[in-house]
Amino acid sequence: MRKKMACSLPDEVLEHVFSFIRSDKDRNAVSVVCKSWYEMERWCRRRLFIGNCYAVSPRMVIRRFPEVRSIELKGKPHFADYNWVPDGWGGYVLPWIVEMVGAYPWLEEIRLKRMVVTDECLEHIAKSFKNFKVLVLFSCEGFSTDGLAAIAASCKNLRELDLRESDVDDLGGHWLSHFPETYTSLVSLNISCLGSDEVSLSALERLVGRCTNLRTLRLNRAVPLDKIAYILRRAPQLVDFGTGTYSADLQTDVFSNLAGAFYSCKELRSLSGFWDVVPAYLPAIYPVCSRLTSLNLSYATIQSPDLIKLLRHCPSLQRLLVLDYIEDSGLEALSSSCKDLQELRVFPSDPFGVERNVSLTELGLVSVCLACPKLQSVLYFCRQMSNAALVTIAQNRPNLTRFRLCIIEPRTADYLTLEPLDVGFGAIVEHCKDLRRLSLSGLLTDRVFEYIGRYAKKLEMLSVAFAGESDLGLHHVLSGCESLRKLEIRDSPFGDKALLANSAKLETMRSLWMSSCSVSFGTCKLLGQKMSRLNVEVIDECGPPDSRPDVCPVNKLYIYRSVAGPRFDMPPFVWTMDEDYALRDS
Amino acid sequence: MSTPLEHDYIGLAETSSMERSSEKLSSSSSSSIPSIEDKTSKTANDTCLNLKETELRLGLPGSQSPERKLSLFGQDLETNDKSNGFAGSPLKNLVSGAKRGFSDAIDGSNGKWVFAMNGKSDVELAKGAALASPRVGLDSKTNSQQAKTSVSVMKEVVGVPQSPKPVQDKNNLVPPVNDHAIAPASKAQVVGWPPIRSFRKNSMASNLAKNSDEGAGCLYVKVSMDGAPYLRKVDLKTYNNYMEFSSALEKMFSCFTIGQCNSSGLPARDGLSESRLMDLLHGSEYVLTYEDKDGDWMLVGDVPWEMFTDSCRRLRIMKGSEAIGLAPRAMEKCKNQN
Repeated sequence: MRKKMACSLPDEVLEHVFSFIRSDKDRNAVSVVCKSWYEMERWCRRRLFIGNCYAVSPRMVIRRFPEVRSIELKGKPHFADYNWVPDGWGGYVLPWIVEMVGAYPWLEEIRLKRMVVTDECLEHIAKSFKNFKVLVLFSCEGFSTDGLAAIAASCKNLRELDLRESDVDDLGGHWLSHFPETYTSLVSLNISCLGSDEVSLSALERLVGRCTNLRTLRLNRAVPLDKIAYILRRAPQLVDFGTGTYSADLQTDVFSNLAGAFYSCKELRSLSGFWDVVPAYLPAIYPVCSRLTSLNLSYATIQSPDLIKLLRHCPSLQRLLVLDYIEDSGLEALSSSCKDLQELRVFPSDPFGVERNVSLTELGLVSVCLACPKLQSVLYFCRQMSNAALVTIAQNRPNLTRFRLCIIEPRTADYLTLEPLDVGFGAIVEHCKDLRRLSLSGLLTDRVFEYIGRYAKKLEMLSVAFAGESDLGLHHVLSGCESLRKLEIRDSPFGDKALLANSAKLETMRSLWMSSCSVSFGTCKLLGQKMSRLNVEVIDECGPPDSRPDVCPVNKLYIYRSVAGPRFDMPPFVWTMDEDYALRDS
Repeated sequence: MSTPLEHDYIGLAETSSMERSSEKLSSSSSSSIPSIEDKTSKTANDTCLNLKETELRLGLPGSQSPERKLSLFGQDLETNDKSNGFAGSPLKNLVSGAKRGFSDAIDGSNGKWVFAMNGKSDVELAKGAALASPRVGLDSKTNSQQAKTSVSVMKEVVGVPQSPKPVQDKNNLVPPVNDHAIAPASKAQVVGWPPIRSFRKNSMASNLAKNSDEGAGCLYVKVSMDGAPYLRKVDLKTYNNYMEFSSALEKMFSCFTIGQCNSSGLPARDGLSESRLMDLLHGSEYVLTYEDKDGDWMLVGDVPWEMFTDSCRRLRIMKGSEAIGLAPRAMEKCKNQN
């Protein structure tokens, strides 16, 4: 009898079927069914996501996937966002660009996160990819407005230029003017990171005027308030708008002009910016508030009463970013006004101050968690917390998927009972069964990690600081959290035993970061030698770690799985532990 | 889904089974933390300290040879006559760390853990820095100073966050630091807690500066060095004076000079060319300059520290030969401002 074989389907049919399979996970699953499916899949994969640019080499990628149109790469470890990774660590995108210029002439989209992008990279992109459409540089650095000018001048089909939170060197030169007058295809422009750097307003206004498909426009702080009205009127189709500085002398005509301009934007759903807010100008946005789903006021130093007034106008709000000036009273108001809320982020207005400056406690978070049934994602900075509050949150919001709590003072105990917060976080992981991301803070013993290992089966990313008592804590996490991909730890007494006992687990994860912990240099060497598919990198700015005894702990340790072997672009303060290290050492 | 035993165990831990290793971990954690940490740290400390006696150490401005006042940056700097090689900045970093997170709520067990780490890290710091300098120089005082410093550091940690408690004069605290300030220069930007992105920090810093006379928060500026492949960022607010700042920079960029000195690309070893390194670090080959609010490049050190931090936008460590011509401009500007 003829066996029915999957690969007997004609190629065109397979290709057509695969074109409906979009997610990376599904694509990966498809590719391991059989050889012919692997071949077909790799030829028709158009979109790639590489979560760690050092996990694989550009050549390997190009060899396997010859027809990619869209690539996303991430470079530095997450803790680099807080300057905990020394400058020069790595994450250079140039080697990727150079290879892709040759291999992917039809590349359309590049999305980078935490990578070093130089003007040379941008010039390559501008010159080489004729159909280039999307450039997203999220939290990147190393480039200047000259590079942006090159992109503007040459990318005729550019649709999206998003520089969110990147560190851009302003060299002047009005790079925006380099968009030719014939260029009209811009859909999304985010230059909010340019800070106080001047942007040519007339060039901006002309650009906005001729790009009738513009949907997202996020300006930088330097754009004055009285120019906003003019821009909005030229782009009433905007869906997502970020203001510049939101302050000006109080003048009725400026206000009415602004309010009128906002009124004309019927599609507006998301607002951000709001630097230096003068509260009297806030009501100008009331015309759009009822439709707003996303509001970022996290740079707005407005006090709770003004916030409450504003939020009462926003019943459709799904996402709110705000400073802790909102206080418990404002969060209470939020919980009654915004029943569709899905994501809440509360940032500290005075994180380095010692005294509490606002009346924001755990109660504000509890009130939102109790009253907003769709709440899934929380980032909350505060100065006190209790197990009781955490348990209440856990029991009432089992649908939480992201819970990041930062109690500002490290090792702060439950302020009511003076106990560790183990039970509270334990309740979070026990009840929130779909929790994917968790950041811990406060006083925590090994017990909390026991709970995490036992319950947090869907947890993908865990951030730990100033927590735990012994290796047992780390061991619980590594042995229990089946879905763990990223683990980052600082200033916690985790050491050799847990790592050595769970070394195989590290190959199932994207990466592990440990700084100011108790992992000895000897263990790092051992892991590097024994685990050939892990890159074990020791970061130490005081000199080579082998000048000290093996028992001395390393300052920072970054371990990630890789099929590309050790990297060669390390700065002098990073050492890779691999089989060759011992040889070089002697 | 548990991974098979053989894959977890790579053959060198004391036990040969997950269960036994868990038990061992749990039994070791059930005893109090100090005993575990003290045991390991004691041995480490003993070996480390013995070696420390003979190691070379980095001589920084104000250290044992008062006649050598020049730093990396060719400036005459005020020196605190501290006998150990390290200037105040590591300790300042500890203090700023204390402001930012080293809690006075360090209870017994946690506090001890911190110090067990401290012993080791301090030694690491000394040994690591040793490579950077040919200076011989450990007094016998160091060991006792270490102990003294732990106590004074603890007091400092306790003192700083709470204003009523007396805060020790930072200048009197004896370096070297023995806490996690293993890499003090970059620690100024690394110790940061709570975790706030620098874009947000800088935004808030300019908010507060506008609203009040004190600029709280922090102020990141980029530092480039001629010949170095990448920029560093420093937070000017964590330093109190030029001395701390310059020694922090010296530490940060000594990594470059170590790298440069070794052409084979291998990690630097003791066989450095001593005289070459001396020149780089202590001579006037490099000069520290900054770009001020007006866009002019000036020599660092000419204006009072506060004025400098207010007006500095970015820094550049340039080769001495290129800095000729900056001094006259700086003098003129000072005159005009006065």
